[in-house]
Amino acid sequence: MSLSQAVLNQDRLALSRLLTRVENDSEEGRAALNELFPHTGKAHLIGVTGAPGTGKSTLVNQLALHYRKAEKRVAIVAVDPSSPFTGGAVLGDRVRMRDLYGDKGVFIRSMASRGSLGGLAQTTAAVVQVFDAAGFDVILIETVGAGQAEVDVARLAHTTLVVEAPGLGDDIQAIKAGILEIADVLVINKADRPGVENTERALRGMLELAHPTRRVFQHHGQRMVVDAPPKAEEQQPIWVPEIKRVTAKDGIGIAELGETIARHVAFLRAGGEWAARERAQLQATFDALVQEKLFSQFLAKLSPEGYDALISKIVARERSPWEALEEVIQ
Amino acid sequence: MVAENIRVLVAKPGLDGHDRGAKVVARALRDAGMEVIYTGLRQTPEMIAEAALQEDVDVIGLSILSGAHMALVPRILELVKANGQNDVKLFLGGIIPDEDIAPLKEMGVTGVYGPGASTEDIVADIRAIKEKTA
Repeated sequence: MSLSQAVLNQDRLALSRLLTRVENDSEEGRAALNELFPHTGKAHLIGVTGAPGTGKSTLVNQLALHYRKAEKRVAIVAVDPSSPFTGGAVLGDRVRMRDLYGDKGVFIRSMASRGSLGGLAQTTAAVVQVFDAAGFDVILIETVGAGQAEVDVARLAHTTLVVEAPGLGDDIQAIKAGILEIADVLVINKADRPGVENTERALRGMLELAHPTRRVFQHHGQRMVVDAPPKAEEQQPIWVPEIKRVTAKDGIGIAELGETIARHVAFLRAGGEWAARERAQLQATFDALVQEKLFSQFLAKLSPEGYDALISKIVARERSPWEALEEVIQ
Repeated sequence: MVAENIRVLVAKPGLDGHDRGAKVVARALRDAGMEVIYTGLRQTPEMIAEAALQEDVDVIGLSILSGAHMALVPRILELVKANGQNDVKLFLGGIIPDEDIAPLKEMGVTGVYGPGASTEDIVADIRAIKEKTA
């Protein structure tokens, strides 16, 4: 039996082995992804991001327990950073997830970011597809401890949770662009700590200030700017991010957070936004593959010496990078 | 590069609460370019085998200071084999009496590293194991 067939039959060892091949982007992994792809598109993907130490792993642990009560099968993909110097990594998210041990309806996989900067690893989307095909109903995707710009997870997930904790940053942090903007739900964890009111006030203030009058998005790989608001009749109902207080270590507020997530899913399904997000995500996957392929084809045509010589010219300031590009494309 | 994708589970079975050694080893393996899945304290053999399965690791490193190694190690090896992971290797650190080392190696433990062992030796041994099975 092929690996992908075994995965469809819920063989856990085969699943684990295939995840490794997919993570390493091997030939065998890609072949299996081709076979599994028709079975994907069913799972609800929930992204969990936020600064280091805000309690993402603990929250993921609690959300998994929450979905297990409803008998949903839960996969967790937890990404931690690789060392930029050695490529090594210590993946420690399982430490907070010991409550999930012994439940065959949960599968936890740790991933190293392997040089990727957007908060996920390059192959995280493919790993998520394997879980999706394997029949997991909910896939929780935990990013590396994110700063301000690690927003890739919002392109992958249907619902993005941004986790904050009292005592991090002031209200100027809250009006900067980036990670807070991608939240569908803002979760204030450690709500038993002092300062939780201030944190909530700052986040609420940020949400009330938000009147996006133009949207920047990727279309055919180009950054496009569209002025908003559109005409009244074209206006879709919009989702206003909710703020939820939880104390994940004690499981407080998790059921309410679960209800909010369910409302978000209902909103996405009702307005056609679910399909739009899926389309954008698959398009981003495809675009990334095209870029990678074209670049490797381009490198294959150029001799290594020619390539090195070109880079040397740029370093010597004989060519600008843009001139060099024109030269090789001709 | 072979070292790039070596995945190692570092776990501490049993009830003693001292994980300094396990953390030192985890850090050393990370600095050698390996991906270390660290599971923390007080793991049961079942938890360790389950984590090894889900993470598809090449190697399991155990830290045992409690003296329970002659009970824990065979149980973990048995569970890992029962999961179908016949290629997974296991090494051991902590307080292990000399007379136990030979029987442990007979069970299939690839290395036993006591106090004062060099992390470089651990790294070199893991690389050698991985090259042999690759």
